[in-house]
Amino acid sequence: MNQAVEFEEMEHEIVGTVGTPLVENPKMSTRNVDVFYGDKQAIFGVDLDIAENEVIALIGPSGCGKSTYLRCLNRMNDTIDICRVTGQLLLDDEDIYDKSMDPVLLRARVGMVFQKPNPFPKSIYDNVAYGPKLHGLASNRAELDEIVVTSLQKAGLFNEVKDRLDAPGTGLSGGQQQRLCIARTIAVSPEVILMDEPASALDPIATAVIEELIDELRTNFTIAIVTHSMQQAARVSQRTAYFHLGKLVEVGETNQIFTNPSHQLTENYITGRFG
Amino acid sequence: MEKELYLSQHISQRFNAELEEIRNRVMKMGGLVEKQISHGMKALLTSDSELGELVSSTDYEINALEVDIDEECMQILARRQPAASDLRLIVTIIKTITDLERIGDEAEKLGRYSVLLADENTTPGHFVELRHLGEHVRRMLRDALDAFARLDVEAALRTIHDDELVNEEFDSISRQLITRMMEDPREIRNALRISWCARALERMGDHTKNICEYVVFLVQGKDIRHTSLEKMQESTGIDLGD
Repeated sequence: MNQAVEFEEMEHEIVGTVGTPLVENPKMSTRNVDVFYGDKQAIFGVDLDIAENEVIALIGPSGCGKSTYLRCLNRMNDTIDICRVTGQLLLDDEDIYDKSMDPVLLRARVGMVFQKPNPFPKSIYDNVAYGPKLHGLASNRAELDEIVVTSLQKAGLFNEVKDRLDAPGTGLSGGQQQRLCIARTIAVSPEVILMDEPASALDPIATAVIEELIDELRTNFTIAIVTHSMQQAARVSQRTAYFHLGKLVEVGETNQIFTNPSHQLTENYITGRFG
Repeated sequence: MEKELYLSQHISQRFNAELEEIRNRVMKMGGLVEKQISHGMKALLTSDSELGELVSSTDYEINALEVDIDEECMQILARRQPAASDLRLIVTIIKTITDLERIGDEAEKLGRYSVLLADENTTPGHFVELRHLGEHVRRMLRDALDAFARLDVEAALRTIHDDELVNEEFDSISRQLITRMMEDPREIRNALRISWCARALERMGDHTKNICEYVVFLVQGKDIRHTSLEKMQESTGIDLGD
């Protein structure tokens, strides 16, 4: 840790989490989560619940650990050799880091949408059909068609691409590509969708479409979204969690966090003040 | 954990400057309103119709400031999308200047009635109570503006408490005026004018109380409007001790 960081910690000591990190009947529940990259600890004892059918926004300055935390929720960190996760992470009371848990199946239940749209170099149809085929969710072509169409509809993309499902996914606009990735994610009927800055590479119109979509998806899915846009967090989420230097500083109703946060560090961050 | 309310320290120096500027303008507007009240009272109590005219004709300056500050607030909302204490500050300012403008309107009435009363050679100068009421309201406004400038919740609550005394004084003046009207029906017209002046002062007290409630919202994020003083003390955690 450099000096500036130590000074900041002294100024506003982070002792536990302020607010309401825990909920009744959580969809996902995490306790005392520590994450290490080699010797360096990136996350310190995070206790946080994610309620069913809620959108929770994870916010905080760059390097605060919010993306790292998000990636723990479907074991994306497994792909990084030096990364080590400890603590308890449950999906519907099942330990997702248990030896018996197949990470591939876990990621079908906890899907992910990334910052940069990353469609496969395949047709629009095949992009969406890929997951269901892999997991054997369709027994025939008609069923597969059905899944592809419904997923594209849910992602709000169907009307724009229905006449060119065979065209390459990479030929779509950025906003459309991102909705294609969302369609691909929901095609395998996940329970939770993790979104890592899903709209940061998009223009305001495409962003508004994605935000509208997130609101609609909430009826069927539980969503955790990492975003650098305060306004976006305020618009799309019901709860907001503020991370700072790997610690979970404050969690609360989004309405409260953006009008009257309890912790000084949260206040400083969302109002653009010096730590 | 006690959270401090800094109104500067933004990474954007320009945002700091904008907020500072807008607060200064609110204080300037408040100062102008305060001056209007004291001029209005002086015109009333000394039958100075010239000063009364001045009060009537100066109100436009307050109105112009209200429009300017509103515009500034709108610019900040559009450009900065303020959150948390910044958002509360802008909302507080937008509401405060509306009440300040209304107080200005009430002060203008003092000016207008003072001219009418002076024309009829009726000087309510002997009305000690009216003088008290005027002094009281002016002090309330000053305290409210101080509370806003210093972000002082306790001072805001004390000023809200003072409004109860203002209301009592107004009731007492009303009773005296009724007696006077009954004694001499020829006095009714002027007694009514004096009563309207008292009423104007009482309304100023109410608007000042509103400003104090916004100060509490600004500092603590708590909406204490339409609650009793006891409830206000309870929710702000401040005991006025009486």
